[in-house]
Amino acid sequence: MTSWPILSVVTFLPIVGALFIAFLPDDEAGVRNARWTALWTTLVTFAISLIVLWRFDPSSPDFQFVEKAHWLGGAIAYEMGVDGISLPFVILTTALMPIAILASWEAIQRRVREYMIAFLVLETLMVGTFCALDLVLFYLFFEGGLIPMFLIIGVWGGPRRVYASFKFFLYTLLGSVLMLLAIMAMYWSAGTTDIPTLLHHAFPRALQTWAFFAFLASFAVKLPMWPVHTWLPDAHVEAPTAGSVILAAILLKMGGYGFLRFSLPMFPEASQHLAPLIYALSIVAIIYTSLVALMQQDVKKLIAYSSVAHMGFVTMGIFAVTAQGISGGIFQMISHGIVSAALFLCVGVVYDRMHTREIAAYGGLVNRMPIYAFVFMVFALANVGLPGTSGFVGEFLTLIGTFRVNNWVATLATLGTILSAAYMLWLYRKVIFGKLEKPNLLWIKDLGWREITILTPLVILTILIGVYPKPVLDFSAASVTQLIDNYHHAIGTVQAAALTR
Amino acid sequence: MGAAQVPAYLPLLPEIVLGLGAMALLMLGAFRANIGVRVVDFAAIALLVITGAILLALPGGKLESFGGSFVVDDFARFLKILALIGSAASIAMSLDYAKQERQERFEYSVLVLLSTLGMLMLISAADLIALYLGLELMSLPLYVVAASHRDRLRSTEAGLKYFVLGALSSGMLLYGASLVYGFTGTVTFVGIAQAAVHGGVGLIFGLVFLFAGFCFKVSAVPFHMWTPDVYEGAPTPVTAFFAAAPKVAGIAMFVRAAVAAFPGITTEWQQIVVFVSIASMLLGAFAAIGQRNIKRLMAYSSIGHMGYALIGLAAGTAEGVQGILIYMAIYITMTLGVFAVILAMRRSTGMVESIDQLSGLARSHPTWAFLLAMLLFSMAGVPPLAGFFAKFYVFLAAIKAGLYILAVIGVLASVVGAYYYLAIIKIMYFDEAVEGFYAMPIALRVVLGVCGLFNILFFVYPGPLVGAASAAAHSLF
Repeated sequence: MTSWPILSVVTFLPIVGALFIAFLPDDEAGVRNARWTALWTTLVTFAISLIVLWRFDPSSPDFQFVEKAHWLGGAIAYEMGVDGISLPFVILTTALMPIAILASWEAIQRRVREYMIAFLVLETLMVGTFCALDLVLFYLFFEGGLIPMFLIIGVWGGPRRVYASFKFFLYTLLGSVLMLLAIMAMYWSAGTTDIPTLLHHAFPRALQTWAFFAFLASFAVKLPMWPVHTWLPDAHVEAPTAGSVILAAILLKMGGYGFLRFSLPMFPEASQHLAPLIYALSIVAIIYTSLVALMQQDVKKLIAYSSVAHMGFVTMGIFAVTAQGISGGIFQMISHGIVSAALFLCVGVVYDRMHTREIAAYGGLVNRMPIYAFVFMVFALANVGLPGTSGFVGEFLTLIGTFRVNNWVATLATLGTILSAAYMLWLYRKVIFGKLEKPNLLWIKDLGWREITILTPLVILTILIGVYPKPVLDFSAASVTQLIDNYHHAIGTVQAAALTR
Repeated sequence: MGAAQVPAYLPLLPEIVLGLGAMALLMLGAFRANIGVRVVDFAAIALLVITGAILLALPGGKLESFGGSFVVDDFARFLKILALIGSAASIAMSLDYAKQERQERFEYSVLVLLSTLGMLMLISAADLIALYLGLELMSLPLYVVAASHRDRLRSTEAGLKYFVLGALSSGMLLYGASLVYGFTGTVTFVGIAQAAVHGGVGLIFGLVFLFAGFCFKVSAVPFHMWTPDVYEGAPTPVTAFFAAAPKVAGIAMFVRAAVAAFPGITTEWQQIVVFVSIASMLLGAFAAIGQRNIKRLMAYSSIGHMGYALIGLAAGTAEGVQGILIYMAIYITMTLGVFAVILAMRRSTGMVESIDQLSGLARSHPTWAFLLAMLLFSMAGVPPLAGFFAKFYVFLAAIKAGLYILAVIGVLASVVGAYYYLAIIKIMYFDEAVEGFYAMPIALRVVLGVCGLFNILFFVYPGPLVGAASAAAHSLF
């Protein structure tokens, strides 16, 4: 179909930029060039990913732009491709990377070259995760992302960065190694790790259950789901702003993507059987972490807990396995990718000025920073899920999708939207409204041109897809429909077999 | 067995060349002291390269000599090349150290050569007598080089400890061999395999003693006690040598003996290997956490790595052996690369061995720090580095063989193990810089660079190594 391997180009172009930066001299000019190289690399990558988007055929549920090459021998090959489920995440990644680089433009002054290299390598690994069509290749990218993120948190993070980086690394690794064993078991059972083949492979029931739990261990940590979410607040708080942005916007989505790509289609029986467990965990995540968010003193921690709650909607919607639930889950992930990234950027704006994230240290910012107050409001309301913002569409769709399957779960989950309004509005009031009493806030400056450049596209996107979500939903519709058809087909086959017996 | 036309000495040609060359260098060093140690060292490296070239030039397929007690198959070729690489790199890495510490003695290279000769014999050994001869030829020079800093207490202590415990393990191995001989009436692996189909308590008794001796040589739990002390006490280049080549030979002997001599009682020895493997992985992971001396840490790390490699043997299949071979190849590069950095930890005050001395290495020596960090991530088994593939293949074999418990414990131990590798990276990257080290000698740079890049780029083109290991593994079955 394509004459050149466009997905590999998108995936590995950032590495080329990183290599270039590695050979820059370690002086002032080198640092400046490192920043610009990183920015241009991410922009070009984004542009190429837009070509993919443009040439993508949304009416087909199949994998497109497929590339295949000999790799490990046996049935383990280098295979890349995207469908309607993975492409939105690829675009999200490539779109947010230039923003992350710009957000670090002045915030990072120490070891800039290494920082940019780490981010570019991370981009390659993230894009690769979403494009990989081979389980081993997927694992390679999925786990490889730990190395740059570990360094980003540990080298450029806050005071408790060592603790946070170790917790992040070991937690995630612990979840993933079990998935690796499940991948191997699947390899021996099906004779291949080719994802398109495995999507239609009927694994034996016992293997499905074990593999489901193994994949769950990995994705639940990554997403994160309650009760294995505790690494997230630490990692978010200690990571530099851009690190938090990438972590919240993209790394978390790998978990949700994993459920959609692997757990549901490959282990349908186990998914159906264990859906109540996922519902329960989702509900606890939605309600409990929202309550925890209410009690936070630190802005970043509050947003981190709110992320866990929002991911609860995603898992709930996905395991409802209805068209609305899954589409809503994907939409919620995209929306949360934009909104949480923007919220962390907003925190970064005031953090760069005041060097604190204590909620109590702020107040009355609207007097000095009107533009900031507006931007923050848009994202705060989007996080609440106000109609007209992207957050509403995702939550609403997952809720109706779940309601069709399980009334109680959906009813309880709506509590989460109320709680999210409580903590976000409380945060907004504390930080933005009120009298400007703190003496050190008197001369705080409003957004600069760079910050406006970063936040404007996010504001536009949040409102645009909130008002008119159809393009995004249409994009993945064919793939989602096929996913659901295959799922019900697999379940139906098993039930028919049980009946005839 | 279509290779009977080949003259019987041809398969031994590499060993003959190496042996004669080593003796010639011994004479040269002893009678021409003015020629200098350097010449002997470089000649020794050249000799190892020539040996490797001859080995590769031998006709393909399975060659036998001495009535089948010496076998050259793909398995032997693969591991011999690894052992030769390990030895050559160790000699190269010792050059600068010997000069700095005023320990320039030509005997060192010659002893390494003789020990390597023992390894080659051991890798090809297909009966118990040949195995024992190879083992002793490998071990005796090791005892001597461990004590080569003869005026230093720690070094002599290491040598003595290694010798006493090594002699004990040899005794156990011999006892096991005699029991096996007694119950089967033969010492050749082929003969034992035929006789051992029916098993029997006596044979299993012998097997256990035999395996105890093997475990000692590869420093697997519960016969690992000597490792930390010897690693710490021996001069650092010697430690680097210990950690690489003899491990390869030890694993080779373990695998060949288990697979070729006892295929009939696989389920019996599988239990032993599973236990040894689990114990080694867990001990390697947990005991390393508290270490402050980097050589001791590497000792525990190597114990853990042997545990992982033995997973492949526990599977007892061609896939498992393939996994072991890949593991050993990658293990050697990781170990040599890390030791290149350890050997370069030298300041005006002399060599330092504490992990804390690496503090802020990313600032003072960014390239070393990067390569070392990648090697450590690789040892932890994080993709996309080579160490991941090493673990991948052994676990793949374990899953196929149905050893789920072993695999789960193994991956969990690897997470624990990741902690202490991360701790070193943390010291290098997150902590404040202390005084830098002297510039790295050129030989160490080459070793570190090659090993580091190999580990980073392995995933790009893994085909050749995986294919070679697969061919080598299938030559045993």
